[in-house]
Amino acid sequence: MTVFENLYVAAPALTAQAPILVVLAPLVGACAAALAPGARTGWVISVVTTLFAVWMAMAVAGEVARHGVVQYVIGGFAPPLGIAFRIDALGAGMGLLVSTMGFLGALYSGHALVSEIDTQKHTLFQAGYLLCVAGFLGLVFTGDAFNAFVFLEVSSIGTYALVAAGEARDRRALPAAFTYLIFGTVGATFYVIGVGFLYGATGTLNMADMAARLGTLGDSSAVQAGFAFIVVGLGLKAAMFPLHGWLPGTYSTAPSLVSVFLAAVATKAAIYLMARFAFDVFPQTTTFGGLFIKDVLAPLAAAGAIICSLQAIFETEIRRMLAFSSIAQVGFILLGFSLASAAGMSAALFYMFAHALMKTALFMALGALAISLRARRLDDLAGVAREAPWSVAAFGVGAASLAGVPLTMGFLAKWRLIDAALGAGAIWIVATLAIGSLLTLVYVGRMLEAMFFRAPPAGAARAKEAPVGVLAPLWIAAGLSIWFGIDASLPEAIADAGAAALFGAAR
Amino acid sequence: MTGFAVEANFALNIALLLMLLVCGVAIARTRSLMAAILLMSVYSLVSAVWLVVMDAADVAFTEAVVGAGVSTIVLLGATLLARGQTERHDWRTQIVPGIAAIGVGVLLVYAATGLPGFGDAASPANAHVGRAYLEQTAQDIGVPNMVTAVLASYRGFDTLGEAVVIFAAGIGVALLLGFGPRAQLAPLPEDLGDHHVVLRVVAKLLIPLIVLYAFYVQFHGDIGAGGGFQAGVILAVAVILHALVFGLRETMAAVPAKAARTIAALGILLYAGVGVVCIVNGGGFLDYDRLFSPRVEAMIPANLLGDPGQAHHWGQHFGIFFIELGVLLTVAATMVTIFYGFAGRVLDGEAKR
Repeated sequence: MTVFENLYVAAPALTAQAPILVVLAPLVGACAAALAPGARTGWVISVVTTLFAVWMAMAVAGEVARHGVVQYVIGGFAPPLGIAFRIDALGAGMGLLVSTMGFLGALYSGHALVSEIDTQKHTLFQAGYLLCVAGFLGLVFTGDAFNAFVFLEVSSIGTYALVAAGEARDRRALPAAFTYLIFGTVGATFYVIGVGFLYGATGTLNMADMAARLGTLGDSSAVQAGFAFIVVGLGLKAAMFPLHGWLPGTYSTAPSLVSVFLAAVATKAAIYLMARFAFDVFPQTTTFGGLFIKDVLAPLAAAGAIICSLQAIFETEIRRMLAFSSIAQVGFILLGFSLASAAGMSAALFYMFAHALMKTALFMALGALAISLRARRLDDLAGVAREAPWSVAAFGVGAASLAGVPLTMGFLAKWRLIDAALGAGAIWIVATLAIGSLLTLVYVGRMLEAMFFRAPPAGAARAKEAPVGVLAPLWIAAGLSIWFGIDASLPEAIADAGAAALFGAAR
Repeated sequence: MTGFAVEANFALNIALLLMLLVCGVAIARTRSLMAAILLMSVYSLVSAVWLVVMDAADVAFTEAVVGAGVSTIVLLGATLLARGQTERHDWRTQIVPGIAAIGVGVLLVYAATGLPGFGDAASPANAHVGRAYLEQTAQDIGVPNMVTAVLASYRGFDTLGEAVVIFAAGIGVALLLGFGPRAQLAPLPEDLGDHHVVLRVVAKLLIPLIVLYAFYVQFHGDIGAGGGFQAGVILAVAVILHALVFGLRETMAAVPAKAARTIAALGILLYAGVGVVCIVNGGGFLDYDRLFSPRVEAMIPANLLGDPGQAHHWGQHFGIFFIELGVLLTVAATMVTIFYGFAGRVLDGEAKR
């Protein structure tokens, strides 16, 4: 993270407290939003606190760049007795991603919520959203396995209700939220069962301490089962194929703000935690961990990448297309992850950042169109490019990045993944990536063809251009997709440093 | 322990586990939602007894209060809005979940074979951090109940997170069920006659006692089993009992839904605020030792101060007192909010008519 070495954004006293303030800002913001007198105040609170979180996350990134690892002890008791945040380059990078996406989402919510949620519910909705942001931020910063569970639950409980709030526009949001609740609760329960077994075997909940003690322990059945429970639990949260059943309904019926934030952050946070356990907590020498990643995770990821891309091709509803596309992209990310090398992890992280930006642009653009047009199916969006050129152009940028068109971030992401796979001699992963990319091209082509080149059906409702408050965050996301496609030094540096934090050396 | 005591303990464990098994099978088999909910309450109560047998009094208390108590009330409230029967599914749809459940069971048994024996003093859980808590609590925190020491101080950040989870659940229920035409309904102008006189008199007698008990549980949490979570639930039960006997409209006039939501948020703010005060006093987040600043010291009479070497215990006591108060507010207000959410839907039906 050499790029951040000279990043001094706050006074030293403030910087010292920055790790906790990153999480505390949206948390306190959530309480304030719940108390806020009106929708507008709630929105301002949401924007201000998430912006503050971005600022503090930058301060943390600077400290991490200078010192390698930042530890923030909570409660005055050093770990393993107490809980501490332990932030390395990987955690700092994820913190920047989550807080930035949280801020873009908050900015976007000002106008987007109006058409989707009853005005008197806006303050509570913002409170739920901020809790969700705070949960993911705590999750990526904490160095304690049980504390991670608590934050996983904070973010999840918030999300279930936010998804269900989509029922005002689409009644299917209720069964979708219920499915998500069941899957998510099973996932969280599995995770906590796994942590319980690891506690029984090691007597500690601190991840670093756990790693040190597992290294001397050898393969006990409790440790093996603990690993299995944690990976399956997080796999459910990450929508790892075939545990993705909750995702399509959730993404396609939730309010667009929620789809944006979930697609950008939720699955990535779970993948982050999985990487933390697979490469940091569990010693690299254990055979079952290596076996699992090579023989179970990699084939499942490949199958998910292909099968869900095919499902996206045959979908008729545009948001479901994007949802299936997300599962396929999670497959790509996990393929990089399964290489279990610095290059592979770096590629996976870069892919995460690229995917977060492109899916943000895509879902935000659909939300922008939804303000004026009640469209579910792709055919309903025929010819909207003429009516809402700015929104649809941003959608086009996101779609181009998704398909991997050169000069977009998506292209570089795929390039780095192929490079890493070739470096590891995994030809079959390269082949999977190639097939997956072709299939992506097909469904992206279908979307763009309908939106740009088809004539709108006669007598259909007309779309209107979205207000600036929606277009601004939308174009920030789309613009970054292009900017980082041309000059990728910043995300590359973060991804390399993050991978180096897990594997010791970068490429 | 003598041989007889060991055997009796073993038999008790087996009996309790068998009861749990019977309850579990019965819950899976029954088609009546009401029966399933009551059986789940029984299941929680038996678990609570079992936890007492395992010497985990605090967990048992929570299980009894939350599992057997308030969650049963909430579930019964939910059945008011649903049909009382479940439909039997085709057995073919249950093959995959069945295999998954059996697989999880096998894995759990496999894992248990690798765990040290229950109560083994040399096991990692008892020898490492667990032993450190036992040895250092008297010096670090100075409260007799070590469970409270761990939950409120050593791992107080987790407890903040748990309170936030409760708050999030309340926000969720309020968001989905908390709004409706019920807002136009005023309390009924006169009483409903004397049909339930006994019930009302008994409730009027009981409610103050329940509140008193809640405060006992709250303030004795650092001495015996108890604390903000349990006390919050008990406090909420007093409000819910009032609603059940005197009608929801009457209760909502006394404790409006908006007030409940406000109190829930204030509880979290109080908890986080304690942490921020610690930061302002120059420590880390939730470092209660810092609450005992020179200014605070000056306010305490010298003869009360006690051992100057243990002065930081004052800070720990202040911290635990206020964060437990925050937990109490959030939990009680959230439970009431959730109950209002479900029960209020029935009023919505009235308002529409």
